[in-house]
Parts: sequence; C-alpha cells; structure tokens
Amino acid sequence: MNSIPKKPSANFGRSVYELLISMRFAISLLTVLAIASIIGTVLKQNEPYNAYLNQFGQFWFPLFEAVGLYSVYHAGWFLLILTFLVISTSMCILRQGPQMLREMRAFREHAKEASLGQFAHRASYDTTLAPQVLGARIGDWLTREGYAFKTNVREGDNGGLLIAAKRGSGNRLGYILTHCAIVTICVGGLLDGDMPLKLQMMLGDTRAASRDLAFNDIPAQARMGADHWSYRGNVFLPEGKRSDIATLNVGDGILLQELPFDIMLKKFNVDFYSTGMPKRFASDIVIIDKASGQQFEHTIDVNKPVSYKGVTLYQASFDDGGSILQLKAHSLSPGSTDILDIKGQVGDAVKLKQKDTPLTLELTNLRPINVENLGEEKTTTSQEKMLQHLGNAARKTDKDLHNVGPSFSFKLRDAAGQAREFNNYMLPVVQEGRGFFMTGMRESQAEAFRYLRIPADEDGKLDTWFTLRALLTDKSRHAEIARRFTAKAMHGDAISETMRSKLSSTAERTMDLYGSGGYGALDKFIRDTVAEKEQPKAAEIFLKVLQGCTWEAWQLQREHSKLKPLDMTPARAVFIDDSLNTISDSFHYGAPVLIELAGFEEVKASVIQATRSPGKYIVFLGCALLIAGVFCMLYIHERRLFVLAKSDGKVLFAMATNRKTLDFESRFAQYREQLKQITVES
Amino acid sequence: MDMELAQQQLQTQTFSAWLQRRRLIDWVTLLVIAGGAFYALNTFGAFMDVYEKAILMAAVPVISFLAWSWPGLRNLLAVSTLSSLAAIGLYHGDLARAEQAFFLKFALSSQTAIGWMCFLFLMSTVAFWVGLAARSAFAEKTGSVLTWCAVAMGLTGMLVRWYESYLIGTDVGHIPVSNLYEVFVLFSLITALLYLHYERRYATRRLGAFILPVIAAAVGFLMWYALSRDAQEIQPLIPALQSYWMKIHVPANFIGYGSFALSAMVGVAWLVGDGGMLKGRLPEQDVLEDLMYKAIAIGFAFFTIATILGALWAAEAWGTYWQWDPKETWALIVWLNYAAWLHMRLTKGLRGAILAWWAVVGLVVVTFAFLGVNMFLSGLHSYGSL
Repeated sequence: MNSIPKKPSANFGRSVYELLISMRFAISLLTVLAIASIIGTVLKQNEPYNAYLNQFGQFWFPLFEAVGLYSVYHAGWFLLILTFLVISTSMCILRQGPQMLREMRAFREHAKEASLGQFAHRASYDTTLAPQVLGARIGDWLTREGYAFKTNVREGDNGGLLIAAKRGSGNRLGYILTHCAIVTICVGGLLDGDMPLKLQMMLGDTRAASRDLAFNDIPAQARMGADHWSYRGNVFLPEGKRSDIATLNVGDGILLQELPFDIMLKKFNVDFYSTGMPKRFASDIVIIDKASGQQFEHTIDVNKPVSYKGVTLYQASFDDGGSILQLKAHSLSPGSTDILDIKGQVGDAVKLKQKDTPLTLELTNLRPINVENLGEEKTTTSQEKMLQHLGNAARKTDKDLHNVGPSFSFKLRDAAGQAREFNNYMLPVVQEGRGFFMTGMRESQAEAFRYLRIPADEDGKLDTWFTLRALLTDKSRHAEIARRFTAKAMHGDAISETMRSKLSSTAERTMDLYGSGGYGALDKFIRDTVAEKEQPKAAEIFLKVLQGCTWEAWQLQREHSKLKPLDMTPARAVFIDDSLNTISDSFHYGAPVLIELAGFEEVKASVIQATRSPGKYIVFLGCALLIAGVFCMLYIHERRLFVLAKSDGKVLFAMATNRKTLDFESRFAQYREQLKQITVES
Repeated sequence: MDMELAQQQLQTQTFSAWLQRRRLIDWVTLLVIAGGAFYALNTFGAFMDVYEKAILMAAVPVISFLAWSWPGLRNLLAVSTLSSLAAIGLYHGDLARAEQAFFLKFALSSQTAIGWMCFLFLMSTVAFWVGLAARSAFAEKTGSVLTWCAVAMGLTGMLVRWYESYLIGTDVGHIPVSNLYEVFVLFSLITALLYLHYERRYATRRLGAFILPVIAAAVGFLMWYALSRDAQEIQPLIPALQSYWMKIHVPANFIGYGSFALSAMVGVAWLVGDGGMLKGRLPEQDVLEDLMYKAIAIGFAFFTIATILGALWAAEAWGTYWQWDPKETWALIVWLNYAAWLHMRLTKGLRGAILAWWAVVGLVVVTFAFLGVNMFLSGLHSYGSL
C-alpha cells in the first residue's frame, strides 16, 4: 500500500499498539489470570513457609517460591498482567468509544434508498396517502411505541420523506460502561494492592522482619510510618493495654505498621447461644488521637467496623491475652506423689526440672467455657428417622449440651525439641453418672486428642486416684498390701499357712506386674504362663485379686492419713474399676507429669484489623458502572426503523438491530403489519 | 409460537402504556403486599436496622412488579402466604404444636412442607419424562401442575421455617438462607420458577423433562443431607453472618446459579435435538438457543450483582472487598466464563453446538464454585461446608 518504506521502529511501535488493542491479547491475559487464580485456590495461600517446604520438598520449594505460587495474587507477574489488562482495555475504550457514542446519537436520516434495500428485514407497500400525511401518522405511531425519530425531506423526482427512528441506544452505552468498569475496578484494586509496597521493598530499603522477633527487636527497616497509604494489618490488644502498631504479613515475614492513633481495649465481649455457638464478638475500645489527645469510645462488632482518620477498624478475631494460670504438676514416676506448684501466663514457657529429661512446659491457651454434647446417640429405625425429619425444623436429635467448665492446653517439649500437645479440663466431666477429669494428648496437630479419663473421688478431686496409682506402682509397698489383702480374704476361714502365703505372693506378683505396665503386663504374663484353656479363668482371678488389693491400698492410705476406713459399696467398686482402667492407660500417657489446672485469672485479647484502602471507593464506583453496563447491554434492545415514503406512492420499510433475537423477529413481523394498516387511507 | 402469547409479549413498550394495562387485581395485589410490608414494619420495626427496613420497602415494588407481570406467580404468592399464615395461626407460638396439630404435622410445618416439595418435584420429573416418552400432552401438563404445587409447598416451608426459627429463640431467628441446606431449597425453588417462567414465555412444556432432573438431583442431595447429617436443624447465626447483606447477597447468587443450571439443561436439549433424536419432540433449535441466551443473561446480571454485593459485605465484615478467598476466586472464574460466553454470542455472533456445549460445561464450573469449593478447598465461606 505504502511505497515509502517505514522505519523499523515505527513498525515495531505500530505492532505493539496493534497487539495491545487486540481482543485476542485481552482474552489471553484473562485466560492466564483465570488459570493463575485457580492455582491460588487449590494451593493454600500465605501459609508459613515451613508448611510448603514439608509439602513440596527441597527441590520444588525454592522453585515455587521464585514463581510466587505461595502468594499468587500478590506475585509481580500477576500484578503485571493485571496492569496490561487495564492498558489494553483502556486503549480499546479510547479507540472504540467515541465512534460508538457518535453512532448512538446518529439517526442515519440520510440513508440512501439503495442501502435500505440491503436490509435483511424490510417490506414495501403502496399507498395513496401523501408523504406528509403518512409521515405525520407514522410519527404518532413511533411516539406511541417509544421511538425517537428524525424526518428528512427528499427533493427531486425521487423525492419524498425518510423517517429514521431509533430506541434503545443505551445498549451501546452498556459496552462502554462495562469496559470502563473493568478498568476502574482494576485501578482501584491495584491502588489497594501491595504493588507500591513491593516496589519499596525492591527499590527502597524496606525489608520484612522475621515473625519470631519480639516487637522491640524489629529493625526500623521493617517499620512503616503512619503516612503509609494502603495497608491491612492486625493489632493484638490484651484487655487494658493500648497499642498503635499493626502487623502486616509479607511473604514469610512481617512489617510493623504505625497507626495515626492509639487503640486501648477496655473489654472484649464474647456471648454464646444456648447451644454453645458464639453469638457475638465485640471489643469496647478507646481511640486516642495522637495529635490532639482526644479520646473516643467505640464498640466494634463483627459486621460493624469503626473508621477514624481514614483507617477502618474491624473485629478480626480474639485470643488469650496472657491469662494467669495456677497449675499443679503431679509426678507420674512410679511410687511418687510429688506435686510441683507452677504459676504462669498463657504464652509463657516454663522449664520443668525432671530427673532424667529436661522438659519445657509451653502454656498455649485457656478456654474458660467449653460447651460439649454429652447426650448419648440413640439408635433409631429408619422409619423413626423419617418421622423425625417431619414437623418443625428445630433441633430434635438428642443432644445434651452442657458447659463442662474451663480447660487449658499446653505443650511439653523435650530436649530434642519434640513436643506433645495436651488439653486438660479443670472440672470433672460427668459421664454415665460419674465424674471424670479429662486429659487429652496428641503427638501432632493433625491428630485428634486421645483422652485419659481419671475418676474423680468422693470429694470431686484427683487425689485418691494419684494415691492409688502411687501405691500400685511402688513395689516396696506391695508386700504390705498383699498381707492385708490375704488377711481380709481369708478372714474367718481355717486355712493352711501354705495356702495363705501362696495367695499373698500371688497378690504381690499381680501388683508388681500391673504396677510395671498395667493390664498389658498382666495379660502378657497370663498368656506366657497359663494353658490356653485356663486363661479366662486365670484372668478373672487376677482381676479379683487386683481389685481386692486396690481396695486395701485405699484403706491403707486412709489409715495413714488418720481417716476412718470405708465400707465397700457398689459405687466404690466402680471407682476402683475406673481407677484401675485409667492407671493402666496412664502408662501410655506420654508425659512424666500430669498437670492440673488449679485456678486461673482470665485475660482476654482482641485482634483488631486496621485497614486503609483508598482504592475502595474507586472499586465501588467501578461496581456501579459494571451493574449499569451489564443491564444496558443485556436488557436494552437497540432497534432502528426506517420508513421511506416516496412521492410516487411507494413506501419502503426497513428495520435493524445490532443483535438478532427471536424477539426482534416477532417485533419486525408486528411492525410490518401495523405499518401496512397505517399506509391504508381510512 | 402460540399467537396469543406472541401478542402478549409484543404489547407497546412504553411505561405509560404498561401502566394503562393494569387491572383491578393488580392494584389489589399491590395493596396487599404493601399492607403486609407496613404491618411488618409497624410490628417489628424496632428489631430492624435502617437497611433491613429499606430491603423490606424495596421488596414491595419488586414483588408487586413480578406478580403483575406473571399471574401464575401472583397465585403462588397468595397460596403460600395464606398457608404460611395458617401455619403460624396453628402454632400458637409453641413449637411442640408441630407434633400435635394435624395440619402442621402432615402439611404445613416447615419440614413436612419441604418434604412435600421434594416428593412433588420427583413426581413432576417422572411426569415430564412420561410426557416426553409417551408423547403425552396430558402427562406434561401434570408435570407442570406438580411443579407449581412443589414450589408452593417449598415456599410455604421456607416461610414457616423462618417463623419457626424465631420460635426457637428470638436471638436465633433469621431468614432461611444461611446454610447449605437452606440454599439448596432456595436453589430448587428458583430453578423451578425460572423453568415455569420460560414454559409460559415460550409456550412449551417439552423442556420440563430436561430441567426438572437438575431440581430432582438437588432434592436428592437435600434428602441425603437431612437424613445423614441432620442438616435440616435450624442453627443460630454465627457473628459473621449477622448482617442485612445476607438477605440480598444469597438470593441474588441463587438466581444466578438457578439460571445457569437451567441454561445448561437447555444446552443439553439443544445437543440432543441436534443429534436428530426426539425429532419433532423438542422446540426449534433457534428457540432453544434464544432461551439459553436469555437464561444466561439473567443469570449473569444477577451473578454480577451478587458478587458485587458480596464484595460490599466483605468490605464491611472482613475489612476488604476482595481477598482472593477460594469462593471469591471461583465466583470470578464463573463470571469470566459467562462473560466470555455472552461476548462470543453477542459481539462475535457465535451460534450452535459450541455455545450449547459451553453452557453445559458452565454448569460444571458453577457446581464446583457452589459445592466443590466447600468440599475440597478451605476458606472464609466455611458456613456452607458439607
């Protein structure tokens, strides 16, 4: 076309421009964004890097990190694609918009007869009416039908009247609005995104600090001033404390964000429904303006944030704010009844002096209220089940919800750094009419807690169980207990001395075995020494002996404590059974101490999210444009009508739309008939 | 197309002409709906915030408009309102009456009514299939009537459930769109209503055999969910859901999901018809295509609104309008998918098998966004979890 060769650079610029405005380019960008987004939903984002390292291994972890897969939506390339999408869409609007607006306004009243003849939807009539009269009639009809029109008088032989009408021009506006909306939303989003921060970290000297550092140790490089214009961070506030620092998570580290005011937490409120589900989380806070010193009291609820000086504060979550725990560490060493009193705060790590292994006690949490379902599952027939599902939709299954009181959790970490996690209840939980102290243990977060159920004694305490355990695991006391047991068992019977000593040694042996490894050890002994046929009977005898000895141990302990001996009752027999079961299980408890919660003072903390997002209102504007645009595009139908009334009595009718639908077809058929009637003189 | 219906559609398009066409019954409908809203405002206004009042007031013109333009819907609303009021009357404010009062136990208590809805939807699916297989107009008519009955029972069940939730406790009461069980009922109702709307607009009952199976599948899930998980039990709202936004965000979303499901099934009908099967038994291909487009257009418009409402709510509850939560991201993917579909049809003029297949695949994407995200991915929308 052009004979003068262009400079290569101009050609290059031209093709970049062509690429940017091409639909294909925009679609490709969107496809990449969609795929990246899917990856981001499948791979959990912003987890601690250790979790990814475990998941992917040494080889893939750094590779995925480099590509930014752990934070796809904040990766540089993701933001770059978004930027290009904005550029491409903007250029598209700039190029097509003005032309579209011109077309929208134009009636095309200068259309030639020949071009009307090209329309797919057209009809012609003959009339005896003069063009002016017909024009007036058609004008009335068009107005009734909601069309705007222009009349163009044609001069000459082929003279006459062209009426060009249109409605629904807003349809084209819809295209412009939706495309503007996409640009607006992306721009707003990019303003709020962390692109500026990323640049600052890349080009400036801002650096994220490790999550393990205490606030005071965090260097200035990881601190953002109050003028930072867009951020989203969490403020951790124990009751009664104040703070002006929010932590921002950046990759694997954190930044500290200074707020333009102090926040003081007066009280954190948690309400529960009767089912134990949380009903309300709210923080009573005071905002203290740094500049003026003015104070404002507010309550922040979930769904009810508070804004001050461009920063919005939300109820994000809550935590323990360092509750004070009074603990009793009961030794589980054989024969020991040692108790160590410990006082600590949630969050503390306490060194426990153990003989063989040094242990660290990490106090992780306190839960003052635990609502549990204590109902027992009833078996129902399918017919009953069907009937249960009729009627009202209130809860009908037999769930029996109770607050079982406070619990606390902690970790015991050995010298090698291995930790077991424990969850202990403060009060006995009633099961089958008996009270049990529950203490749960698990080796990793992935497991559920396995609970040891320690029977509460008649005073509702752990003491009796610990005493029984100490006596049964202390070999030096077994002879004495066996003697008492034999004396009681043979009471009143004339029996030989050999029999007596045999029974006594059996009792001693039973306790020795049980005291070294619980029922498991006894079971092994029976399997190894007794003929298979006799085993069930032998087990029964051993159990009886063990129960008898335990009873004697109990009485022995009471004697030592100068307490009256007890009478045997069914309830006490059950207590002995429960105790024996639990002592046996306690050999697998996984810790040398059992820590009892003796008392506590709760201190709650609220986590308040502080957000500054100046792009928010731009995004909302974009959303409004989008809704308007989508409705214009989909629900305003553009229609153009042309009626040419010629002076020779011929009438030409043509109709067009930018979108062919069945509605358009039937509308055309209707207008064709209506015009036919209009052209007839009446 | 039926001539009478064609006429009805092609009435003059101006607002004044539309207003002139209103009859006495329309004004009575408006008065009843407005009266109900004012009664609610007057009686319970103290428990509502300004937004909830605004939603209540906005519901008056919206519901009236729908009832004006669709007599069948008006009758449905009348039936469901009356039966819900009857149920409320029978309850005497005591939940236990559901076991004692005959009509509550066997018809109007929420679970019984929803049970009826399930049964009727399954029956109407069978009827539509019989109609298609036996070429029986009577069976199809039966299917259609059964669908209406199912919707009436389902809507009654939902309204009564709403009331029952307040009987459990005034702090527990809330609109029944808060968990997966409730929105599945909503989905069934909306999809069925959309079908009935198009049945009337296009004057054909042939598509019932294609669209009712989706509803039957939802009903199947609903029954399994209730029987094996006791999902029907009304639960109080967690703090994050205690907001007026829920009342508009969730229904808007399900108009979207329902329309997308419907368009996919019309796509299936198109593909079946394209293969020459059921020749003469299905509407013309261009009618199906038009219907598919209309359904996607409605779905897209409402899905756009729902997503934006969700963003506004997120800005208020979570402190940011968009945080690439899996549910949000999948909503975006669904949105992009249908935006592309509409774009190809409207500006590129694409027609035919590709669009039909695309609509079917669209349902797979929608199902993943609706259920798959809750089942396989973790995120903030965990209240919809299985």
